[in-house]
Formats: sequence, C-alpha cells, structure tokens
Amino acid sequence: MNDIATSHRGTVSDDVLISVDGLKMHFPVTEGVVLRRVVAHVKAVDGINFEIRRGETLGLVGESGCGKTTTGRCILQLERPTAGSILFEGRELSGLKGDELRAIRRRIQVIFQDPYSSLNPRLKIGEIIGEPIRVHGLIPDKAKRDQRVRELLAVCGLNPAFADRYPHEMSGGQRQRVGIARALGLEPDFIVCDEAVSALDVSIQAQVINLLEDLRDEFDLTYLFISHDLSVVRHICHRVAVMYLGKMVELAETDELFDNPKHPYTRALLEAVPIPDPVIEQARAHQIIKGEIPSPINPPSGCVFHPRCDIVVEGCPKAVPAFREVKPGHWVACTEV
Amino acid sequence: MATLSEGRLAVAMFEEPAALKPWHVKLRDMARKQPVGVAGAIIVVLMVLMAIFADIVTPYDPLLNSYEYMLAPPDGNYIFGTDMLGRDVYSRIVYGARTALFVGFASAAVGGILGLILGVSSAYFGGLFDLIFQRVMDVFMAFPLVIMALAVVSILGTGTENVILAIIVPFVPRCARVVRSSALQIREIPYIDAAKACGFGHARIILRHMAPNVMAPFLIMITAFVGQAILTEASLSYLGLGVQEPTPAWGLMLQGGAEEFAESAPWVAVFPGLAITLAVFGFNLFGDALRDVLDPRLRSSQ
Repeated sequence: MNDIATSHRGTVSDDVLISVDGLKMHFPVTEGVVLRRVVAHVKAVDGINFEIRRGETLGLVGESGCGKTTTGRCILQLERPTAGSILFEGRELSGLKGDELRAIRRRIQVIFQDPYSSLNPRLKIGEIIGEPIRVHGLIPDKAKRDQRVRELLAVCGLNPAFADRYPHEMSGGQRQRVGIARALGLEPDFIVCDEAVSALDVSIQAQVINLLEDLRDEFDLTYLFISHDLSVVRHICHRVAVMYLGKMVELAETDELFDNPKHPYTRALLEAVPIPDPVIEQARAHQIIKGEIPSPINPPSGCVFHPRCDIVVEGCPKAVPAFREVKPGHWVACTEV
Repeated sequence: MATLSEGRLAVAMFEEPAALKPWHVKLRDMARKQPVGVAGAIIVVLMVLMAIFADIVTPYDPLLNSYEYMLAPPDGNYIFGTDMLGRDVYSRIVYGARTALFVGFASAAVGGILGLILGVSSAYFGGLFDLIFQRVMDVFMAFPLVIMALAVVSILGTGTENVILAIIVPFVPRCARVVRSSALQIREIPYIDAAKACGFGHARIILRHMAPNVMAPFLIMITAFVGQAILTEASLSYLGLGVQEPTPAWGLMLQGGAEEFAESAPWVAVFPGLAITLAVFGFNLFGDALRDVLDPRLRSSQ
C-alpha cells in the first residue's frame, strides 16, 4: 500500500471515506397492471463490500449489466438499496431524508456517461452550473455566483462566455466539461464518474481524463471510476475492483491486478484487451470466455462464474466463495487461487 | 480558484454562436413550410383583434333592440342582418367572440396548467400515487367532454364562470394524461438524475426541470383545446345551460329563435354558426401546424 502512495497517481491517505458493506440491489420484476405481483427479482448488485479511501480513485470494471452503474447509483442515493449499508465518513447514507440527505448530496457528486442527455436542454450553461450553488446557499449573491460559474468553466477548460449558451450549441467534449463543472461547483469530496469518458472520442477522452486527474490533485477529490475501458482504468485508478453478475470477484492495487490477476474472470477480461501491435496480436492465443452471461434474475448457484470458468471444480456450484484476502490488499472471490 | 493551464485552454473551442435569424425571416420561413397553419394563425389573430377592438369595429350596440328593423335581411346598414329583436347580428358576433375567446383561453389555460402539474407529478412520483391518480383520471375520462361539462353546470348553475369551470373539469384529466406520457420519458433522462443528485427538491425538479421539457405536447394540447372549449361553450349556451341572455354568445344566437326563423330569416342562424365553425377550424389548423413544428415524431409521412 505504501508503494502506491508515492506513485504517479498521487497520494492516498488511510482514512476511509466510503465504506460499502453487503450492498444488495434487487429490482422487482412485476406482472399484471392493477394487481401487481412480484414474480422475480433482477439481482443487479448482490452483496458487495469495498472501501474507498480519501484521495483515492477506485476503478470499477466489468461487462455491461454486471451492476457497476447500479452500485454507483446506490452510493448516490438515486436507488434505495435492498440491503446493506453505505457509510460516508462513518455515517449511514441509506435512510437519510430531507435536509440531511441534501447536505450529503452536496458532498457526493456524479459525472454521467452521456454528455448529451445529462444536461437539461432548456437551461443555459450558466444556470446548469449556478443553480446547484444557489440552491445549496453556497453563494447567495448573484454577481459573485456568476463570477464563480465563469471560474468553474475556466477551470474545466471552457471559455467563460459559454455561460450564456445552451447545451445544444456545444460539442460532446465541451458538454462533458460542463457536467464536470456542475459537479465541482458544489465543492464535493467524492465524485462518481459513471463511464465519464466512454461516450467521447479517443482524443477528447484523453483530455477529459487529464482534466479529471488535475482536478483530483487540485481539490483533493476521491473518485469511484466506473468504466469498461481497462486501459483508462489502469491509467487513472489506484485500486481496481472487478464485478461479475452483481458480485465482486477481485479487488487489488491497479498494478497488482493488471500484472498478477488471480480470478479466472479477471484473467479472461485482461486477455481480451487487444494489443496495439498487429504482429503480437495475431500471434496471441486468445482465451475466450465460453458461454453467455447468465440472467441476473436467476443466477447460477454457488460461484456465479462457475458455468463459464475454466478451472471449475466440484465444489464451485455448491458454495458461494468467500471474498478473501490472498495477499495484503488483494482480495479474490475464488476457492482455487 | 486555480489558474487554468495553457493546455486546457487550447482544447476548448471558441466559435461564435450561429447568428439568430431576424423574426421576420423566421416568420417567412414558417409561412412557406406551414401555409395551412399560418392560415389558421391568421384566423385566430383576426378573431382576437376583433374581440379586443369590438367597440371600434361594430356599428351598433349588440344589446340595442330596434323594433323597426326586426329580422331585417343583410343590407348596407346591417351587413349580417338583424335578429328577431332587431339586434345587429354582426355586432353580436363580434361581441360574441369576446365571450367565446375568454371562455376558451381561460379554461384552456387553467385546465392546462393544472393538468401539466398533475401529469408531471404523477410521472415523477410514480408508484402507488401514479396508479391511483391515473385510475381517478380514467373515471373522469369515461364521460364524453360535453356530458361531463353538462353535469358540472347542472350542479353549479349557469353563468360564464361556471361554464369555464365546467370545461376545466373534463380538460384536466385529458391534459394530465398526455403530459404524463411525455414526462415518463423525461424522468428517465440523466439530467433528472443529475438534478436529484444535486439535492434539488421535488417541486423544483417537477416545475423547473421536467415541465419545460414537456412543453411541445402541452402547447399542442392547449391550442387544440381552445377550439374545443369554444365549441363546448357554444353547445352549453345553445342548450341554455351556458352563458345567459342578454350577453352576446354564439351558442345563444343559434338558440334564440333561430330555429323558428330558419327558413324566413336564415341569416340569424347561419352567421353565428359560421363564426363557431371558423373559430374551431382556425384553432385546429394552428394546433396541427404547431404539432408538426414542435413534435416531428407525430408528423405524418409525406
């Protein structure tokens, strides 16, 4: 852990900011119009534990539908979790209401995936960034608030004059910067970046990632960086968690996870990353994960990955593997490693 | 605040916003694309102007009886003739436009705003509130508009205010239904999540973030409804349950003895009938064009 503290990714304290314990989010599947009956549950997130330390960027990776975004939405209190606790600075988030919830919401912000749908098309950029600041009473004076909006735009690499524009007058990358400025305006401690760069062109991606890194260092931000792009995650994150079908399968320091993956799913995921050299890429023997991702309504028994696993043993379908620490800071949910 | 680095500034683009077209150019473009809609708009605007300046554009007092000129046919003095009490039909139609438009706009505005707030709230809160609210709306919608309005008037009594109320009651559920279906889509768009994540209250999200984004179907609904409200008011007045004599109203003019003299003095019934038709026609044309402009998804393939 100490070796990471001096790496290029900046400093991380041992102070835990967010602690997620046994988080479950089951969405009911209903039938009938008037008399609704719950016929099943989609187990989007099914019992995950992790901590995020102050100043840290935790990557959350996995394929589509594995529950990454739902985990982020639970932390943001946009969903009410079915079970489990989410502690922010030791305070339980689920169940907060009214003013307490509003106060916490100022400190936990979000950057969305799609820069086109995350800005209200009827509001000017200045209003989009300024409204949260006004509602939270951070800067009641209009002139000072407008000044602050212009500062935020400048910090995010936009022309301050953009405050008078509407979202449709801007490009995707510019809009994403507006989304970042909106989040920053509330002076949060923690930002959930939900696929924050996935919808952008590769060249714009690099700019926005650099911006996120600069802001992290400047404002001591903590990120939960949800992504399916492993190279981006490797670049920006201190630690990485891998999710599969609502469960967490592996969690380790970034370099440890990429150099020494333990879980068969993580290994297959890393092998699927193409190497940008056609000669090496062609010579490589690809280990393709067999089968399809099972339905989260009726996940496999025991270890959810067992039907697709290449090192499956007799016990796998019977017992849910414990999420255990195989090395200091390296957690794996697999009995065979 | 942090200073901005050179690199960050370099990536931002500084193009000027596209110059907005002057209004008269926009209007000309509109006339070219939507000639029928503009025709409807002209009818509506003319009606509104006539209603506002009724004192100036009418030669006679609409309430003035003249026994010398009872049922006089249209001529130079009375261009639409006179009715059985010798009142000038043209003047009464112009003043009747005041009544019709007042009832139409007032009921559409009040009913529309109520429907907008209820519809968006229903979509926003969802769950049990939405379910119960929608079933209540179903009960109201089960009755045809005129029947519902008749029921309200028979409870509250006649008079202009009660007619407006009677038209609002059936309009609210219709508007709420249309608005809700649009608002359900809006609710799932990430900027609403962003508003929630910013800690905004329910009222702020409903009124400032959702309602302005369902304006297109709302405005189409309102415009179409002004026409319908005028028709409903005329129907109620014709049945003697709406606006009362001697207030000039188109429905009343059709009723007041017009049947008796349909053959001998057709102008008494024909002109107010034409006025109703033209008014409803104008609002419907305008509403259709508005729908084409604001909501391209509903446009029929041509």
